[in-house]
Amino acid sequence: MALRPEPFGALVYHFGTRKLSFLKTPQLVDVVTGLERHADVHDAIEAAGVDLAQRPAYLRALAGLADAGTIEPRPTTATQNGEPA
Amino acid sequence: MKLTEHFQYGLNSPICLTWELTYACNLACVHCLSSSGRRDPRELTTDEAKRVVDELQKMQVFYVNIGGGEPTVRPDFWELLDYSIDHNVGVKFSTNGIKLDPARAAQLARTDYVDVQISLDGATADVNDHVRGPGSYDTAMRALENLASAGFQQPKISVVMTRQNVDQLDEFKAIADKFGAQLRITRLRPSGRGADVWDELHPTAAQQRQLYDWLVARGDGVLTGDSFFHLSAYGEALPGLNLCGAGRVVCLIDPVGDVYACPFAIHDNFLAGNVRDPGGFERVWQASELFTELRQPQTGGACRSCGHYDACQGGCMAAKFFTGLPLDGPDPECVRGFGEQALAARSGETTIPKSEVDHSRSAPRNSRVNKRAPVGLPLAPPPRRPDRACDASPLAGVPVAGS
Repeated sequence: MALRPEPFGALVYHFGTRKLSFLKTPQLVDVVTGLERHADVHDAIEAAGVDLAQRPAYLRALAGLADAGTIEPRPTTATQNGEPA
Repeated sequence: MKLTEHFQYGLNSPICLTWELTYACNLACVHCLSSSGRRDPRELTTDEAKRVVDELQKMQVFYVNIGGGEPTVRPDFWELLDYSIDHNVGVKFSTNGIKLDPARAAQLARTDYVDVQISLDGATADVNDHVRGPGSYDTAMRALENLASAGFQQPKISVVMTRQNVDQLDEFKAIADKFGAQLRITRLRPSGRGADVWDELHPTAAQQRQLYDWLVARGDGVLTGDSFFHLSAYGEALPGLNLCGAGRVVCLIDPVGDVYACPFAIHDNFLAGNVRDPGGFERVWQASELFTELRQPQTGGACRSCGHYDACQGGCMAAKFFTGLPLDGPDPECVRGFGEQALAARSGETTIPKSEVDHSRSAPRNSRVNKRAPVGLPLAPPPRRPDRACDASPLAGVPVAGS
């Protein structure tokens, strides 16, 4: 997977699935790049300082990326927390 | 700001980059967007092409659409394909299938990160060969069979929609299903030799509606290259980027390294620079005067007061330009009929621009006038070089119906 910075946020490209996705805000870029450093998606969203009101939209964006196979759940944490990845 | 609004102001690198590797082609399709036929002696060398790939890798252009001409007739095509893939620049290439014998099909099936797009403009040989030339239907079918036998996953079948083939949409889908392929349909533009046949080949207004309805009903999994966004004014927007991406998210590198705003706009007015210029492609993309201008907010011009402007954005720049319509007015195929009115209102004095870039075998060789030369004065025609035997196509002199 590669991230290409763009004025709106970033393009994210998965070389395996050849899916191109758009991270439509710089904050979403922070969330996605922060995923590996945080226990779960909520921590990553919190750490990026996303407004409470915006969080459902961010979860939907992450779910979209997961559906496309661009991001994947970490098997251990995902099962422990039962979070949608 | 919506994503498409961001796109209007341009991106750091293109999303959809078309790279035509050669103007040489074994066919002479009557609607060829790049007026291909003969090789241009100034084409990028293998090394120069690899330096372009290096730049694309650095700019994180994740894949390129390679075309031509017929790209596979370049002797170094397979070397460049491997080089590109090895440098994280995936390749989707368009071909008429001429070189896809069982061995090449097997090679492609073993190659990761490559997409193959076979051009087919009729679901039957008579409709296809009418525009693409005798034997071209069989060539495409053979290539698809070879790919399927080799286990190549999901090639694309790429169809330019014409008045003659709109009725064949279901048949195209059936052919794609038969070969495990994905159907891709795109819009006929009056670009290159397409300008000469556009009046005759472009879908009628009723056919445009038929095409739109088909896409809405059966278009799941059918690719369009977002080329029918002018049809979104019928109602429901078609999936994809409903915006002219020229110079914003799209561009063309032609065989001699010239960078144009879009593959359908090979004309000096849309020439932004050359990859051989200092700073290379990156500088052309990021700083050329033309691309900077194309990234300014568009006013909508004559279309601004139309309630459908948000849906169609005035349509295709190239389609307007090469039919002699103003760029800030309606698309010639505007679904409200304003384009037809504008076409009818063209006076005898309207100059319909024509590209100077023509590598057709029927045209004077290397007929492009020097782009640095002052324009406005009548220039003597460029010297005509004699044909060499090896330039002659097996189809040369064979009349193509409708041409």
